[in-house]
Amino acid sequence: MMLPLKENDRPIVKKLLEAGCCARCVLRFCFLEVQSAYRQPYEDTAKELLAFINDEETNVTKDSAVQDQLTKDPPSKKIKLDTAKTDVQAEGDSALVPTVTEEGGARLVKSDVCVVCLGVLQEFCDEAYATKVCFFPFHYYNLYLFYSFSPLLCYVQFIITTLSYLKISKGDWLHYDQGIQYQSKVWTHLLIQGRPCCFAFLDCSEKSLILWLNSFEGAHAPNFVLLPFLLFFFRKFPCPPTRPASKCVAQDVQCLHVSVFVAGRYNKFSRTLPQTPWVIDGERRMESSVEELIAAPLLSSFRAKGFNFSSSGREDVDVRTLGNGRPFALELLNPHRARFNKAEIRQLQETINQSSDKIRVRDLQIVNAMGHMKEGEEDKTKSYSALIWTQKAIDKDDITFLEETKELKLAQKTPLRVLHRRPLTVRERVIHTMSTRFLDAHHFHLVLRTQAGTYIKEFVHGDFGRTKPNLCDLLKTDTDILELDVESVDVDWPPPVPE
Amino acid sequence: LALTLSSCSFTSNRRTQTRVYIKGKNCEDQCVLQHSNRICVITLAESHPILQNGNTIKSINYQISAGCSRLQNKVSGKSKRGGQFLTELAPLCRITCTEGVEYTIYSCIRGRLLEVNEGILERPELLLEKPSTEGYIAVILPKLEESKTVTNGLLSREEYENILSKRTSSTQQGPKTEPEPC
Repeated sequence: MMLPLKENDRPIVKKLLEAGCCARCVLRFCFLEVQSAYRQPYEDTAKELLAFINDEETNVTKDSAVQDQLTKDPPSKKIKLDTAKTDVQAEGDSALVPTVTEEGGARLVKSDVCVVCLGVLQEFCDEAYATKVCFFPFHYYNLYLFYSFSPLLCYVQFIITTLSYLKISKGDWLHYDQGIQYQSKVWTHLLIQGRPCCFAFLDCSEKSLILWLNSFEGAHAPNFVLLPFLLFFFRKFPCPPTRPASKCVAQDVQCLHVSVFVAGRYNKFSRTLPQTPWVIDGERRMESSVEELIAAPLLSSFRAKGFNFSSSGREDVDVRTLGNGRPFALELLNPHRARFNKAEIRQLQETINQSSDKIRVRDLQIVNAMGHMKEGEEDKTKSYSALIWTQKAIDKDDITFLEETKELKLAQKTPLRVLHRRPLTVRERVIHTMSTRFLDAHHFHLVLRTQAGTYIKEFVHGDFGRTKPNLCDLLKTDTDILELDVESVDVDWPPPVPE
Repeated sequence: LALTLSSCSFTSNRRTQTRVYIKGKNCEDQCVLQHSNRICVITLAESHPILQNGNTIKSINYQISAGCSRLQNKVSGKSKRGGQFLTELAPLCRITCTEGVEYTIYSCIRGRLLEVNEGILERPELLLEKPSTEGYIAVILPKLEESKTVTNGLLSREEYENILSKRTSSTQQGPKTEPEPC
């Protein structure tokens, strides 16, 4: 293919090749974002670059230094590949001279290690290498290899970029800006603690001090405190960097699959099961938990390393979740197997349900993301049923007025039982409807439909009067809650799965 | 249903709470209810003079010094930044009864003040009618590392009742030349 390089790029390409950049790094510094340019074999890119710089009306002679970098012809040189070293020789004073051995035959060799990427974009992008990576115990359908550079390599790249741009296009502020911006995130973060500002650049060969502005966040005044550091820096890290003696060696390959999300709804039938593991001071206070019971069979079938559990609200240990259940989503981390058909998922759901009578799962499905579980949490409603105790003796007529009470507005201060981990604030919540069923002189059943986020227990006993109004006020007696069940969580997600 | 319940509003909560007592000068006893999440509620003990003899409350003042009012206490965020840090003898408020006697209510424990009860400012009778619940004085959050020790040395219910019975028996023994210390 024809690389979409511009006239402006020609001197930059030349300069970068002289400095020791590989073909693909050159493309990067020219801000070439066309993927196909990188995908084509390295040799093709190298050839095209060479053709590009030679294709000048005025300049017909081939620059031998540049030629050497790309073709090794003449003379042919082949840098001995030393597998022991992997660091960049960046110390200007103690530069190592690469060992070369003469070998006959002029051929295109890509064994010159790039000063910027240390071979990462040369050999490690080969199909051969990718094939090697593929032999891992994963089920996959597409494989993308992404390369990211360590901060040290970013420094090196920064040096190269700035050198090339300054030497070539001194008056072109736009280029400088782009050049800085390309690396500025690392640069500014590491040096200026997040405040981008003016940079000083010491041009090593011309011994002049050049300042330019980084318009990353608008122009700023020069920061003269920075200059001594930069001078020191550029003494230590020369431009261009010394050629590395050897390329990087891959010491380890770790594969990571994107997370898979499994969603569903769960019921909790036990009053002694927490939703998440209850551990205090390293000691487990209660056996098992909802999330562990759901995750266990999934972790083993998906061969995942871990999980994150998330649900639309939570219930206390002593509260049951009845009805359709509470929506949840489980993020399975680095699963080695990610595709399951509907029948297999149904089987997984069955396995979970067979494993314990304390929970039940329905509508289990693989989803694309966490869904809208948490969104609009305050718009949703939830229904509860509670067993109420009253200190004063009551009769049927004393509680009927509750059925007529609609849209009761509450002001709830953060309950004392959660105040250690939640901010102190007042929450306004609404109880939409209530209905009652008289049991005896000191007990009745109360069913409530409330706004999501309402603390039911505190509405019943008043929490030291910090929830107003509360049931004690309404009934004019001390009341307490003996049992609480969640009857429904009115969230539409995840979509139901027909049995 | 086995129902051994008192009117304490915490019974529904399956976590444990501990109630401890502080013997004060002149029977000005106070009570600390510590929740299992370490939050403490400061209240008057039933033997406190304010709660005796059909008193009525003239005023409750959270301004404990020229520069410090407990009403100005503002906490923010989960870590409750900004709350005034209290030591055991830090005053929480001063309560004046109709006969003109002023009582100082103390923190009794070390910790960060989260809130004082503004409800009793509006309705002082709450303090008299429900001193252990709606008539609480303040909510304090002890430091995490001190959460277990903050009630050390304070009296259990048993010890408190012992002291109460000693007081009654000593007054029953008749007047002495000097009043018995409470």
